[in-house]
Amino acid sequence: MTSASTASTASQGLAGTLHDPDDSGHFGRWGGRYMPEALIAAVDEVAAEYEKARHDPAFLAELDRLQRDYAGRPSPVTDARRLSEHAGGARILLKREDLNHTGSHKINNVLGQALLTKRMGKTRVIAETGAGQHGVATATAAALMGLECMVYMGEVDTERQALNVARMRLLGAEVVPVTTGSRTLKDALNEAYRDWVASVGHTHYILGTAAGPHPFPMMVRDFHRVIGLEAREQVLAAYGRLPDAVVACVGGGSNAIGIFHPFLDDADVRLIGYEAAGDGVETGRHAASITGGTPGALHGAMSYLLQDTDGQTLETHSISAGLDYPGVGPEHAFLADSGRASYEPVTDAEAMDAFRLLCRTEGIIPAIESAHAIAGAVRLGKTWGPEATILVNLSGRGDKDVDTAARWFGVVDEAALPTEAPDTTDAASGEREL
Amino acid sequence: MTTTGTGITRLAEVFTTAKAEDRAALIAYLPSGYPTIKGSLGLLTQALDAGADLVEVGLPYSDPVLDGPVIQHAVDAALKGGVRVRDTLAIVEQLAERGGRAVVMTYWNPVLRYGVEAFARDLAAAGGLGVITPDLVPDEAGSWLTAADREGLAPIFLVAPSSSDERIASTTAATRGFLYAASTMGVTGARDAVSDTATTLVARARAHTDLPIGVGLGVRNGAQAGEVATFADGVIVGSALVSAAEHGRAAVARLTTELAAGVRGQHTGR
Repeated sequence: MTSASTASTASQGLAGTLHDPDDSGHFGRWGGRYMPEALIAAVDEVAAEYEKARHDPAFLAELDRLQRDYAGRPSPVTDARRLSEHAGGARILLKREDLNHTGSHKINNVLGQALLTKRMGKTRVIAETGAGQHGVATATAAALMGLECMVYMGEVDTERQALNVARMRLLGAEVVPVTTGSRTLKDALNEAYRDWVASVGHTHYILGTAAGPHPFPMMVRDFHRVIGLEAREQVLAAYGRLPDAVVACVGGGSNAIGIFHPFLDDADVRLIGYEAAGDGVETGRHAASITGGTPGALHGAMSYLLQDTDGQTLETHSISAGLDYPGVGPEHAFLADSGRASYEPVTDAEAMDAFRLLCRTEGIIPAIESAHAIAGAVRLGKTWGPEATILVNLSGRGDKDVDTAARWFGVVDEAALPTEAPDTTDAASGEREL
Repeated sequence: MTTTGTGITRLAEVFTTAKAEDRAALIAYLPSGYPTIKGSLGLLTQALDAGADLVEVGLPYSDPVLDGPVIQHAVDAALKGGVRVRDTLAIVEQLAERGGRAVVMTYWNPVLRYGVEAFARDLAAAGGLGVITPDLVPDEAGSWLTAADREGLAPIFLVAPSSSDERIASTTAATRGFLYAASTMGVTGARDAVSDTATTLVARARAHTDLPIGVGLGVRNGAQAGEVATFADGVIVGSALVSAAEHGRAAVARLTTELAAGVRGQHTGR
């Protein structure tokens, strides 16, 4: 529909904003650099290189070329008319990041950081991944640019996202199952940091979300701002107005910050992030860091964190591997504090209902992560009614989740499933044993 | 041993005493709560009795990004055993009561959660001398530097081979007691050889500070301790002692004795 008319490009996301952190990466009291001295030189190098790159016309042109000719940008906006009937008649617009090459928004950031890796003269990239979307995107960019690639992934996630493990290996990346701690995304980050501190001379760490030490929260955000820049123009062009709300799922928060950011100065546009509430925030089995967390420092930044009274990171639960993380990017903590954005929980059950609803009404199988945002939009639509327009970031597609979803809904014959498949209690009933 | 003076002055004595004896100080790391809370107190006591000049009491943390498998395993076991931040403080207190000198080694979030001022106050009251902070750089340490100064505790920061001269200067300026030089780029863990980068780093740091310099990461035996003692003021041993701890107090005593001979240049090889 509107995609052809858009003029926004990825490089515009890097132009600098009125909402940048201070020079040491603080968004108010959030962010900064809570990290080992040994890695300070590396993040300083990344920050300096990014600063040069974002003013270099050749870099910006190359980024735009890749986003257009390789990733397939701009992604369209789809008017989800049948979904609307289940959402109080509100107009639901889907920003189709699921249609990007590799199947999610993650490619936006990865192409930028891979180009930066080449500029720094480094030959190897590492990444952490939860659902595998960032790992697949990193493996893809590494293949494209001839970089060696190693991806750290929690063992629990390698099981529930087996398809993405296979994709990464096909793309030539080495996938390392992480067996420490909770064996999920946070432990994959720990291992990536341990690798980086020993390999930093020739390795760049392509952090996958808008979190971690400065400059990652700002830089990753900037690479994803294209989502919101495009969508804002697309919605204005097609409907002559801005949406009443822009909504997205929030784990680390990269897709959310990417679509929110260009709307920050549009005071009438509500910004709502949906966090993974797992079995329900009240049960303690969830991953809703802003809703249920407290301030703390993890993986390089001060932000909201799920932690106990001793500051130990709590184990999280979500049916969505990509949201199963105890922290959140520092700019979201800032936006939550300032009230500019609000954050609400969506349970596994609500997300899976929305997953099925989108499949059945629009013929789109969403990533379970993105299904949290769909659930939120449906909830909002029912409250606001037919006058409302809600822009949803459909951040990824659900091919990787077919197994989990099939088990959840019981649409497959258990006996027909491969024997080496993950424990069926894992994803389906939420009775994961950790 | 004297028990008067602030943490910083008592920490300085560790190095002046060693220097007077023309040797390096031996600094032993063991985590609290491993294998049990009581057991860790016993091991730390053993290390002090067998010749460690100072102990680093490790405060177990769920996400130890600078630690290799040996220490990861030990702190994981300690946390599973239910060790709390207050147990670490109690262990420091019991060590101090019998004249032992101890600093705490901790990732920053447990201190943030405890409250920076409260932690400084309680650690000073327990008789602790300072805090080593592997994932806190002076840039983010404003409230800690104020609290440590008020309580007479030493804020002990790390420098690494990757640190620029500018950062070595700013880090040493914020450090009290001794400077922790990470000998190599990597996580904790015993290594076969002490990296050449350690000598270079210590020389670079000396250009910016008169503080004693302790070298850590990778030292595992008396011979290596002796080698490091030729260019550093303190030799820090962690993973090798934690590995020894798996075999009990006698193994910790044996290794500490060997290391203590090493820092005195008396090690005869293995």
